[in-house]
Amino acid sequence: MTAETKRIEVTLETLLDSVALAEEISLRIAEAAGFDEDERHKIGMSVREAVINAFQYGNAQRREKKIRAVFELTPAKLVVHIEDQGRGFRLEDVPDPLAEENLLKTSGRGIFLMRSFMDEFDVRRGREGGAEIVMAKHFRPQRQPNSQPQSTHEKEERP
Amino acid sequence: MNLRATPRENGGATIVDMSGRITLGEGSAMLREMVRDLLGKGQKKIILNLADVNYIDSSGIGELVSGFTTVKNQGGELKLLHLTNKVRDLLQITKLYTVFDVHSDEQAAIRSF
Repeated sequence: MTAETKRIEVTLETLLDSVALAEEISLRIAEAAGFDEDERHKIGMSVREAVINAFQYGNAQRREKKIRAVFELTPAKLVVHIEDQGRGFRLEDVPDPLAEENLLKTSGRGIFLMRSFMDEFDVRRGREGGAEIVMAKHFRPQRQPNSQPQSTHEKEERP
Repeated sequence: MNLRATPRENGGATIVDMSGRITLGEGSAMLREMVRDLLGKGQKKIILNLADVNYIDSSGIGELVSGFTTVKNQGGELKLLHLTNKVRDLLQITKLYTVFDVHSDEQAAIRSF
């Protein structure tokens, strides 16, 4: 992380409310950074899907487990890390939701949406063995970040 | 914004005017219960009017698919009306736009049953 990188880390409980909270935080950061409405929508939805994944599958809705969300704003992009305390998963094991046999399945589209909406996307093994989704949205060439996140948001933890 | 769903009758079909977000939690659950309730009343021609639905997440998409197959399995049809651009884009990238019967005119949707 360079000196130009601004970083916000939030620890979320494994609660349904955390999904909307993480989405809201990401939307505010994206707006402050100068992303347009369409880009903000894609960032917000991707963060939402990543936290849903951590809430439902990674942490299996166990409230005592935590979800770590990190937002890093560099001059070139917004990088988001969403890490759970589950067992982790491999991207190659995730079924393709566009395959004919999966089209009418009622779940399994979250990863696909994140990959579609963000410029970079990867799943790593987290520090505690869970899944860490890492994704980034680039600033378009003509735009530079017009402001930075407020420091008062740093290191928040829900009660 | 919480999801709101108001059913009404028109031309032998049930039109459900929906507004808000169809997302994990209340929104998805409301849609599921509403479809179940309509089927329980014997209403099998269902049109979801999504004109005021600007946001659907993967859970909401799953619930639309679930509604579609549940109604179909009971001999009925569930159609979509007045998609917003964001919802249309979402259904297109997930290849569901051609799975659902999508309309932009209510009367045409009713006639299509």
